[in-house]
Amino acid sequence: MSTPNLKIENLRVSIEDKEIIKGLNLEINGGEIHAVMGPNGTGKSTLSSALMGHPKYEVTEGQVTFNGEDLFEMEVDERAKAGLFLAMQYPSEVSGITNADFLRSAINARREEGQEISLMKFIRELDKKMELLEMDSSFAHRYLNEGFSGGEKKRNEILQLMMIEPKIAILDEIDSGLDIDALKVVAKGVNEMRNPEFGCLIITHYQRLLNYITPDKVHVMMQGRIVKSGGPELAQRLEAEGYDWIKEELGIEDETVGQEA
Amino acid sequence: MSVETSLKYDRDYVSKFSESRQEPQWLLELRLRALELAQQLPMPKPDKTKIDKWNLTDFNHESTAEESAQLPEQVKALIGEEEAGNLLVIRNGKVAHSSISEELSSQGVIFTDFKTASQKHGDLLQKYFMKEAVSVEENRLTAIHAALVTNGAFIHVPKNVELKTPLQAIYFHDDEQTGLVNHVIIAAEDNSSVTYVENYLSTNETRESVANIVSEVFAGPGAKVVYGAVDNLAKGMTSYINRRGRAERDARIDWALGQLNDGNTVSDNTTHLVGDGSYADTKTVNIGQGDQKQNFVAQIFHHGKNSEGYILTHGVMKDSASSIFNGITKIEHGATKSNGEQTERVLMLSEKARGDANPILLIDEDDVTAGHAASVGRIDPIQLFYLMSRGISKAEAERLIIHGFLRPVVNEMPLESVKKRLVEVIERKVR
Repeated sequence: MSTPNLKIENLRVSIEDKEIIKGLNLEINGGEIHAVMGPNGTGKSTLSSALMGHPKYEVTEGQVTFNGEDLFEMEVDERAKAGLFLAMQYPSEVSGITNADFLRSAINARREEGQEISLMKFIRELDKKMELLEMDSSFAHRYLNEGFSGGEKKRNEILQLMMIEPKIAILDEIDSGLDIDALKVVAKGVNEMRNPEFGCLIITHYQRLLNYITPDKVHVMMQGRIVKSGGPELAQRLEAEGYDWIKEELGIEDETVGQEA
Repeated sequence: MSVETSLKYDRDYVSKFSESRQEPQWLLELRLRALELAQQLPMPKPDKTKIDKWNLTDFNHESTAEESAQLPEQVKALIGEEEAGNLLVIRNGKVAHSSISEELSSQGVIFTDFKTASQKHGDLLQKYFMKEAVSVEENRLTAIHAALVTNGAFIHVPKNVELKTPLQAIYFHDDEQTGLVNHVIIAAEDNSSVTYVENYLSTNETRESVANIVSEVFAGPGAKVVYGAVDNLAKGMTSYINRRGRAERDARIDWALGQLNDGNTVSDNTTHLVGDGSYADTKTVNIGQGDQKQNFVAQIFHHGKNSEGYILTHGVMKDSASSIFNGITKIEHGATKSNGEQTERVLMLSEKARGDANPILLIDEDDVTAGHAASVGRIDPIQLFYLMSRGISKAEAERLIIHGFLRPVVNEMPLESVKKRLVEVIERKVR
């Protein structure tokens, strides 16, 4: 099995004719954990949604290859089946479908007919992972995200991540709205996934998640592109000093999209 | 183009038909009076659905199809485990199977077909047949119904008898040349209780025919009737369905209706809460597909004090199907302390599909509580994106969303066999 690879080159993305991502380059390989940090409004979530194929975002330029294949030639479900995963910042609520049924459908969608996961094995896996994420077993039988608190939804995203076992996962502000205990649980889930066959892109504007999941690379995003990259020490400096020193260094006055000098 | 609305059957035909079945005199007279009315009365006028080009009146009456002792596989598949002992199967208007347990018959319970009831229980039938619930005079179709009714079910539960297991009826129509004119009566005397499940099934995918179905439910003081139905008539069948209940003091009627025909359908479900403290609960699941046109009414009239009525309707419209969903809660003057609530929800799956949900509260009394909710919407593209982002195909995601949308109603259905059958039919329709 070849190492997973997601390669983004000169990506430009618009929403309702407003350009948000303005020429972004990034490459993620299996075994690597990348963090994209940056203040609000710099295009971080747009990057994750566009990669997964959110219907509102339009890719206007650039190329993304996923394990050598053109990602934008694939439908959303094909991207997922190829091994891409997005833990969403605001997961949808879907009434009438239980969490367990949904997860089984998702797992079986990756398997050939006749090769579906057995119910026993599925339940065993689900129980194990829910226990690790400290989720009450009742969540399996509740309707998908319906009435879940913010933190419960985030845990549920990580549960899906662990059950589906993608090759590359993007975690979009998985830490927002989480208390420290929940944050640790989520981090435990992600760390559990760490192996050479799994790459991860963590999008966050707080450094605190990175105390529990040590990234290999840290990127700072401003004005719709990556303006600085470094190792874990970059995240620590951002935590200690904020973003102003980067703005100063690069001569940026307002880091949000649309404020380029 | 206009559809021929005069009947091809005359007095002579109806008299001979009634005579050949040794019907009591009152029924013959009622049929003949109905035949006359059928020429005079107007067609029903379902709100916002034009039915003047539908054929609901021109059909062949009696089936000449051969009777067979073997039940077809489609019918066997419908027989619920619990219901197997008390089962009526009518095929093309003729009894194909009729059984009632020793226990029930010894308690005086009657569960038989309409034809047998007219011969053996004529007086009892006369007391209920098209009088207080659905009247012959209501419209041309109720008149045609009375004139030409071929079969159906008659259920009578004596005072204080509580049935523990459900009764099941299956109306199967595979003689594609003839119409289906079916009548169901459930009379539950004081403090009795009964659960009845029915399945309508036909094979006429392309061949056009007519279904004219009337059900009358009488819940006497303190009685409880649970009525479950799964309508699944084929595309060629144009259907008029009129199910009506009357609940006396402290009586309760629960309707669980899967309105899942493939052809054009007008379906009216009405409950009159006549007695003080009476209670009605109407739950319906509806699907429209192809170019199907449907009109669904669910209504509850509150006459008695402290009466409670609940309506819950979920509908899915696919392709270029269109449906009207009218929920009507009418609280009459004097029905103090009553409560009426209703919810209609419609999910449209395509640009061409139409669903129109109209919650209507008509209240002539001050001292009541009532509420309604309605929504009509399309599949949320963000929901679809979410499901697809986990590798689920668009078609499968839509299927999950539809099941999910209907599940809150399906889950509330009072009978396992109805639930199971509903899920099967929904599954077939959403594929």
